[in-house]
Parts: sequence; structure tokens; C-alpha cells
Amino acid sequence: MARRSGSAFTGSGTVFLKEFADHLGGARVQVIEWLIILTGAGAVYTAIQDLKSTTGQDPFLFLRLFTQARDPLPSFVLVLDFLIPLIAIGLAFDSVNGEFNRRTLSRLLAQPIYRDALLLGKFLGGLAAIAVALFTLWLLVMGLGLLTLGVPPSGEEVLRGLAFLVIAIAYGGVWLAVAMLCSVLFRSAATSALAALGLWLLVSVLWPQVVQFISTEVHPPTAIQLLFSQPNPDQLQLQQTLSRLSPSTLFGESVLGILHPTTRSLGLVFMSQLEGAVMGTPLPLAQSLLLVWPQVTGLIAGAIILFVIAYVVFQRQEVRA
Amino acid sequence: MNDLVINATGLRKRYGSVAAVDGIDLAIRRGEIFGLLGPNGAGKTTTLLMLLGLTEVSEGTIEVGGFDPAHDPLEVKRRIGYLPDSVGFYDNLTAKQNLRYTGRLAGFPRAQLDKRIAEGLDRVGLADVGDHRVGTYSRGMKQRLGLAEVLMKGAEVAILDEPTSGLDPEATFELLEMIRTMKADGTAVLISSHLLDRVQAVCDRVALFNAGKIVLQGTVPELAQRVLGGGYIYEVEADGGEIEHLLAAVPGARQVTRTFLGFRILADRDIRGDLARAVVASGAALLKLADQEPSLDTVYRHYFESHPHGLESHAHGTA
Repeated sequence: MARRSGSAFTGSGTVFLKEFADHLGGARVQVIEWLIILTGAGAVYTAIQDLKSTTGQDPFLFLRLFTQARDPLPSFVLVLDFLIPLIAIGLAFDSVNGEFNRRTLSRLLAQPIYRDALLLGKFLGGLAAIAVALFTLWLLVMGLGLLTLGVPPSGEEVLRGLAFLVIAIAYGGVWLAVAMLCSVLFRSAATSALAALGLWLLVSVLWPQVVQFISTEVHPPTAIQLLFSQPNPDQLQLQQTLSRLSPSTLFGESVLGILHPTTRSLGLVFMSQLEGAVMGTPLPLAQSLLLVWPQVTGLIAGAIILFVIAYVVFQRQEVRA
Repeated sequence: MNDLVINATGLRKRYGSVAAVDGIDLAIRRGEIFGLLGPNGAGKTTTLLMLLGLTEVSEGTIEVGGFDPAHDPLEVKRRIGYLPDSVGFYDNLTAKQNLRYTGRLAGFPRAQLDKRIAEGLDRVGLADVGDHRVGTYSRGMKQRLGLAEVLMKGAEVAILDEPTSGLDPEATFELLEMIRTMKADGTAVLISSHLLDRVQAVCDRVALFNAGKIVLQGTVPELAQRVLGGGYIYEVEADGGEIEHLLAAVPGARQVTRTFLGFRILADRDIRGDLARAVVASGAALLKLADQEPSLDTVYRHYFESHPHGLESHAHGTA
């Protein structure tokens, strides 16, 4: 096949602007945004209640805003872990099949653009909408902290908070790509939404249990380990590897590394490896970033791979009704 | 050959073992209105999509304005305005916003775009409602808006897929009038349709599709000559007397069929005088003797009556 002429990105800017405007103006995004604000407000409120008593002792007070949880409410991070996929799926589950069902797809593709431009513009438009929503939330939480805690955040806290924001957006990108893939695969918007939500439930609710089951089956504990109720290291290793297939795990681990500066390792650690470590002292930001780097790259790579699959399927699709 | 805007030869499209389009040749000249006719599933839309480069060609070559849709899809799409079958728009946007979106995708600079949109809307009579949401539009208005998009693009070729389907007679008439004006701009227009008599009124040439092949191609009188065997059709109504055998006996009459009120006579030359004399001589009162334009409808029905299974026994590949 000869090389095709012209840029694959012609028109993607136009698609991006339209999608971005649609998302920001659309009722769907507002509904989801309010859902997060209401759930998040509860989490942050209880966190503030707890933190007020320990204002003087914690050097990373503002980060606690995101992670502090008090029963029965989950922490703000956990709320996001659960709801970011919902926003992303809500934005993209009908992005391609919607155009098809509105019968606008063939009209768009009859314009001098490649299909790449349409898909890329839609993805970036959705990602930008997620970024705006998350950044707004982030500002709200920080502002609430400023008002109620009465101390300004340190430079490192702001930087760590921003790193957390980037990770959250990458996590949103993965689910956006999942939803987009579903919207390419299924012609009906309802089926596409169902498939994406089903996958989300599978990954966030069922997967941890499935992983535990598989790893215990593959590497059952030996008699001695049972006797001392010691876990089998092989089993834990497998469990961790499998659970990292879930974007939710990657998000959770990287957030842990960034928002809890004392985190030194995200995997199995033997006592011998901790020799000389000063427990409980925070790592510098650069070291924390290094620690979560594989997780973050994993998230971004996942989003790209899913996008590429959606792209390949879309290229081969017939546009006729 | 330089005035050809579309030149397709040996075009084939296979879905698995089924050939949706099975070796067709098309040559469309600048400023020509060309009709693609045929039953549903005959391969008309697939052919149009291949010309646009929206469907891959299994075999054959296409040139649109000198470009191959497979290698220079953007150049080809720049030259073609497309109105898809049952066109859709973003209902929550106004007509102008909808056109602005596609206009930007088409790469028109902002300053020029507003002028083009205004002109397009004006030509299809939607200038007054250009700021209304498309959701409030009727079917006919949406179809016209689709045409405005094609006009806005100022393309060399306009491809209109079933532009009149689902429209009432008045709206159909208006739309076809607008299509006729495009010819004056030098735009080549391809119309696919099954509304034969309407299409006949605007088309310079037509191609009859059946089972993925073009079975007949040419001007309407040419087709009539070929399918009906004779170029002249007369209607006779008379009162009193059994005249069918008399009409059939007139030299030049090839076929006489009884219709609801009278007879239809197929002839290879002008035999009106002889027909009138025959009726009057028999003593019957001649009520009507009319010259009938050979209609595409008759050609179409006649063709499919004699070729029910899509057999291309004669006239295949004629151009």
C-alpha cells in the first residue's frame, strides 16, 4: 500500500474544540461533576474534622486532606478511584457510535480529514474535559483546606498535589480509552455503556478477589508456612503482578507513593532490605516520583494501547448505515 | 477525455464471497447530472462510498479529478460534496453551527467560511432559520441543509444518496430544482434514487443497477429504445366497437396492451395518423389519442419484468 498523502492530524484540532465544548456544556458532565462534589465534600469534611486536632504535628497536612478517611465515609482518593472511571465512561461511551446513530459520521468523514483526526480529537477533547473537572475539584479541596486549617500548604505539598492530579488524569485517560473502544466496537450506545460499566465493575470489585484466588491456587502455602501462618512469597508476588493489571491498582499504588511521602516501596520487602532505613521519615519528592514511575507509565501505556486498538478497529469499520 | 471528473473502471467490492458491486464502469462529465437507479441492495450506495474513498475498493481503478481515493483521499474528499442517505445533524446545534463545524473540517478559513455558509443557506432557502436548532427542523429542511453543506463546499462533484427519500412531493420538487441549479455551476451531480419519474426530470444520463452491475446506461430515450424496443408510445381511448385487433394491424405498431380505460400502443415510428384513421374507420368514437413520453418508470418496470433474477442477458456494459 502506498503512503497516503496529507497529515493525519488535519482537523483533529477542530474535532477537539467541538468535543471539549460539548462536554463542558453538556448536562451529562454536570451531573457527574455534582455527584463527585457531593461525595467528595463528605470525605473532605470528615478529613478536616480529624486534621484540625493534629494541625501542628503533621508536616504534610494538605496531603492528608486527600487521604484521611473516617468510617463510614471513604477518603477523597478512594472516591476518585471509584468515580473517575464513571466520568470517563460517561463522556465517551457513545463517542463514535453516537455519531453513527445520529448519521453524522459519514458526513464528517466525507470532509477532507482522516479517521485518525476524528478519534484523536474526540479522545483529547474528553481528556481535557476530565482534566478541567479534576482540576476544579483539586482547587476546591485545596481552597477548603486553606479556609479551615488556617495554614498555607508548603511548596512540596503543592507539587505532590499536582503530581497526584496528573496521575488522576492519566487514570481517567485509561477509562476514556476503554469507553471509546466500546463505542467503536458496539453500534448501540446502551450496549457500549453496559460493556464499559461491566468492565469497570469487574476490575474494581471482582478482580481483587479473583487475583487472590488464582494466586493461592497456583502457589499454595507450604506446610511450614501454614504452621507459622506465614504467607508464601511466590503467592504474594503473583498476586501483586496480577492485580497490577487493573488500572485501579496502579492508580492506588501511585497515589499512595505520592500522597504518603513515607512510602518506601510498593512491593514485597524483606527485613534485610530495610536495614539502615530510617522508618517513618518522608522520602524527597524526586524519590517518591521515582518510586511510582512504573505505575504511572503503566497507566499511560494502557491508555495508549487501548486507543490504538480502538483506532485499528475504527479504520476497518464500514461507515454505511 | 479531459472533461471527465469521475472515471471508474472495473470497480468491484466483495464482502466475503458476495460481490456487492461487480465490475462497473462509470464516466461522469463536468456539469452533468447522472442518475444511479436500481432496487435496494443493487450496489448504488457502495459504489458512491467507493468513489468517496470511504469504502475500500476490492478491484478496479477510480479517478476523481485526477486523484485516486485510495492514495489521495484528502484531495478526493476536497473535490466531492456528499449528502448521505438520510442525513443527520447535531440536533442541539443550530444550522449555522453545524455547517461551521464541517466547514472547519473542510479547512476553510474563518472569514471565508461565514460567507460560504450564508450563501449555501440562502440558496436552499434556509437563510431565515439558520440560527434555529436543527432539532426543530423537518425532514425536508434537514435534507436541504445537507444540500447547503454540499453547496458551501463548492465541490466539483456532488454525490447525493437518495436525496428525495422520505420527502413529500412538494419538498421533492423543490429539492430537485435546487439540484438542477448546481448543474449551472458546472458541478457534476450523481444522484442515487428509486423515485424514477422525479429523477428522470433532472438527469442527463442514468445508469440502471441490478445485483451489483450496471445493466443499462445512457439517456432516458436511449434506454427506452433499448428496453421497450420502440421509441414511441401512444395511448388510445375509443368508445364503441372492438378495436384491439385493428390497432394491432396498423403498420408500425409492435405491441398493443389493454390499459384501464383504453390501449397502449408501442411503435417504432410516428403512427398517430394511421391509428386515428383505423379507429375512425371502424366506426368507434375516438376519445383520446395521446403521445406518451417514454418514462423511466416504464423502462424500469419493463426491464425488471423481463429480468427478474438480475440476469444481464443484454445491454450489459453499454456506455
